Amino acid sequence: MDHSVIEKNIGLMAVLIALVISVAGLVQIVPLMFLSETTEPLEGVEPYAPLEFAGRDIYVREGCYNCHSQMIRPFRAETERYGHYSLAGEFVYDRPFQWGSKRTGPDLARVGGLYTDLWHEIHLLNPRDVVPESNMPAYPWLADRTINGEQIAGRMRAQQRWLNVPYSDEQIESAAEEVDGKTEMEAIIAYLQALGTAVERNR
Amino acid sequence: MSAFWSWWITLIALANILACVWLIRWTARKRPDEKPSHETTGHEWDGLTELNNPMPRWWLWLFYISIVFGLIYLLLYPGLGRYEGLLGWSQYSAWEEEVESMEERTAPLFAEFAERPIPELARNDEAMQTGRRLFGNNCAVCHGADGGGRTGFPNIANNYWQWGGEPEEIYVSILNGRQAMMPGFGGAMDDDAVEATAAYVFHLSGREVPEDLISRGEEHFGNYCAACHGPGGEGNKALGAPNLTRDEWTYGGGMDSIMTTIREGRQGRMPAQKDLLGEDRIHVLTAYVYSLSMDQRNEQDDEDDAE
Repeated sequence: MDHSVIEKNIGLMAVLIALVISVAGLVQIVPLMFLSETTEPLEGVEPYAPLEFAGRDIYVREGCYNCHSQMIRPFRAETERYGHYSLAGEFVYDRPFQWGSKRTGPDLARVGGLYTDLWHEIHLLNPRDVVPESNMPAYPWLADRTINGEQIAGRMRAQQRWLNVPYSDEQIESAAEEVDGKTEMEAIIAYLQALGTAVERNR
Repeated sequence: MSAFWSWWITLIALANILACVWLIRWTARKRPDEKPSHETTGHEWDGLTELNNPMPRWWLWLFYISIVFGLIYLLLYPGLGRYEGLLGWSQYSAWEEEVESMEERTAPLFAEFAERPIPELARNDEAMQTGRRLFGNNCAVCHGADGGGRTGFPNIANNYWQWGGEPEEIYVSILNGRQAMMPGFGGAMDDDAVEATAAYVFHLSGREVPEDLISRGEEHFGNYCAACHGPGGEGNKALGAPNLTRDEWTYGGGMDSIMTTIREGRQGRMPAQKDLLGEDRIHVLTAYVYSLSMDQRNEQDDEDDAE
């Protein structure tokens, strides 16, 4: 066979290009879908509670991932500042994951329990009130807007049904009542306070 | 990683490299029907033709060098499934080495600081430089870079202490954290009572308030507040109940703020730092916090001596 055969037959060329490109995916991506390290939750990692779940949606809506990563790399400089490096089994219920790719603000992978609820509230209303040099925008509307419980229950149901997140039916049934009418501020603080707490922050 | 996936990765990766070798050799090889160089591919566009020379040799060598580099890399470092590589390197072992080598350098320093009493350490410039950095990284976010505090987060630089300002007390506050427990009295007191009590508290720090409010407030204060804050509002460090007789407020000292505090209570929490920083670093940090109020401490000592 001459290479002119490939060059003159665009269909054959497309098939061969697809074959070549898929090699990297076959080696790097496909095995990850079957490895226990990446598909099974780390000990102590639970699906988000309803209020945390609602908070996560707000985190995504406000685009927090544009400035905050949730991925501590195994370097001393990072583990000193942010805590134990991130492990694959911590992210099994994160769909989509919030690893981010840019740190204008600090990493938030283990921010849970680091500050008090009051601090988070003041900080989200106006970051300059606690960190004078901060360039983070203020999010005052979080305190006024409330959460629709039915919507959260529906989203949890979708996660359970389509993504195999192990929510129990009772959890979903009680979710609507549990979060309905709470403010978005309460929800996002609950989410932040849960981040990374399944693994000891200790280094 | 299971044996299947380990072999899957290894075989596909190696087969891919071999395929590259084959492809280079196949395309570089002269074919019987090809004439020597400077021949064209036979394509012609408006009189322009395309030469069909073999690849330059240096270019070919770049391919071969890349392949050899790749094979050596895969031999030395983990890459082929479960194979760990001859060097035994992993990102986690690299991290551990980095942490250990740093620990070897800093541990003796902190161990030396740990043996010295806090008031002495607070006057040691070297220790206070380290302390300032620890404070900046871990404490300033709530208490402010100068320790001056903010609404909701106490000033720790003025020698007025909610939980005690002795070295051991500061140490325990940082090590284990603190949880304040002021309940809200909005259910037990009506609006008038809250206002009168707030006025009495307002007056405790030496500010002017109408007399009739004070007498009514004093009674409520005795019933609801004195158990923790003391009959004269002087506070109780064991319970973290602040002294109310100084015009120094964590949650604001205006009538509105005091009334909100009485109605809703305050549950300030200082997170424990034990697991985050370790005892030796907390020792240095304690000395730094102690040093923040050094001037006020000295003044107070002078006053005590004068008396």
